[in-house]
Amino acid sequence: MNKAVLEVRDLQKTFGAVTAAQDISVTVPEGAVYSLIGSNGAGKTTFVNMVTGYIKPDSGLINFGNRNIAGMAPRQITRLGIHRSFQIAQLCAELTVEENMLVADAIHGHPGPSFLRRAHNAEARERALATLERFHIAEHRDRLVPELSGGVKKLLDIAMAMAGETQIMMLDEPTSGVAADEKFPIMDLVMDALRSAGVTVIFVEHDMDIVTRYSERVLAFYDGRIIADDAPGEVLSDPEVQRYVTGAPA
Amino acid sequence: MRFNLLLAAVIAFVVLAAGSVILPDWAMFLFAMALAKGLVCLGIVGMMRGGVVSFGQGLYYCLGAYTATLVANNLGVSDIFLLTLLSSAVCLLVGMAFGPLLSSYRGIFFAMLSLALSMVLYGSLSKMSFIGGTDGLNIAAPTFLGWAPEGRPLQMALYIYVVAIVVIAGVLMRIYFDSERGLLTLATRDNELRVEYLGASVRNVMTYNYVFGAVLGGIGGTIAALALGHVDPEFAFWTTSGEFVFVAILAGSLSVPSVFVAAIILELVRSFSNLYFPNTWQLALGIFLLAVIVVLPKGLGSLVSRRKGSPA
Repeated sequence: MNKAVLEVRDLQKTFGAVTAAQDISVTVPEGAVYSLIGSNGAGKTTFVNMVTGYIKPDSGLINFGNRNIAGMAPRQITRLGIHRSFQIAQLCAELTVEENMLVADAIHGHPGPSFLRRAHNAEARERALATLERFHIAEHRDRLVPELSGGVKKLLDIAMAMAGETQIMMLDEPTSGVAADEKFPIMDLVMDALRSAGVTVIFVEHDMDIVTRYSERVLAFYDGRIIADDAPGEVLSDPEVQRYVTGAPA
Repeated sequence: MRFNLLLAAVIAFVVLAAGSVILPDWAMFLFAMALAKGLVCLGIVGMMRGGVVSFGQGLYYCLGAYTATLVANNLGVSDIFLLTLLSSAVCLLVGMAFGPLLSSYRGIFFAMLSLALSMVLYGSLSKMSFIGGTDGLNIAAPTFLGWAPEGRPLQMALYIYVVAIVVIAGVLMRIYFDSERGLLTLATRDNELRVEYLGASVRNVMTYNYVFGAVLGGIGGTIAALALGHVDPEFAFWTTSGEFVFVAILAGSLSVPSVFVAAIILELVRSFSNLYFPNTWQLALGIFLLAVIVVLPKGLGSLVSRRKGSPA
């Protein structure tokens, strides 16, 4: 087993009377592919939001790169190497596909976005095009975001999140809003790109076929707790998981 | 591309500066005032690209004007370059003080807070009788690196100075708008969450735009004070700020030259409607703005910009 890249210890979060996270502890090894499953409100997205800084945990530790990142701002966490995509693709609607990539490229370029360097400079456009080609969406580069299909939006969202030095990629429902016949091709593309970059992947997913096919380990959430943490086959055959998460007969 | 920009700047300077020979005195004054106000509006356009509109740019317009006047009257500085530099430095500092505070606000809250700051200055200056109170102060004609022209040469020199500043500011803002930071501003307007999750600070983006707006406002105010020979608290009044917003909306945020064209159009419409409809010129102005919004919702700049899906 590779060394741990992310260690979460005793994470707690409540919203008024609702407990969104309770004693969440998990260790994610470098290069692993984890999926998070659970019914709506089980705490999956809250977990992703806490790790990526969108929500500050009430207590607990999130250790990444020998430091506790719990409560840090999203941009600080992103700078450290934990990137994310969203359930609803977060794109800049008034910019073209290429310009969306150029924004990501400019932010992660060295030494950061410049006041003088043209955003549409040849090198940046080349890098943007290479990324778009890797995700098979280069043909859409001159189109505005509202003109894109759900699948292309998802891929662009993930492509943007991949810019810079990504160590952990957190994907929140990468196939939601995507046509049924596009789900596996999209996941193949995304996982190939992430694996070839040696990125650790944690994704939230409701489709058990995708969970089984792409993840090495599954965390099953119920009522703000992790009720199972094991290989996909083990977790999906767990009676408690079948009762509370998958709904399949025990 | 940068060569094209430089060429356009040289042509713009030559064409505008030719006005100093061709234009009658009244028109040269009108153009100088319009261009000075255009500088303030350019700052608002910079903020508009990030999704906020300042209703209080009168703060910096007034601050720049008062700084130049007080320095000229009390320290004996008359050089226009030095006065511009000092007043823009003061506005830079004040902008840097208020920028981080205002950059946390959006929409109507940003607009109202910026307006409140300008009205605080207006109220304070109105009560300060030792610097003229509501009557304001006069400022002597400026000198140009030791040269002290009078009459028409003074007006010509001032006009050419404004044109030079406008061209330089226009080029710099175009470079900024086209830069990585400029694109980041557009992205921030569109989706702050995505920008933060790409690792950039939205607050920094907003602060920079605000500070640039402050400096441009200060320069515009300095030139206006020198052209008028007088400054009063009305420079910070909300109607003055509203006029700047009017021009920024008229211009849109697609093109830099359109800001100055819009400022000149506003001055012309106002002057002529004031002349021909002295009691209803505001009505004429309002109808004109409505017509522009209906016909060109993205502003005058949309007539020349080739950009797809750009911000209004």
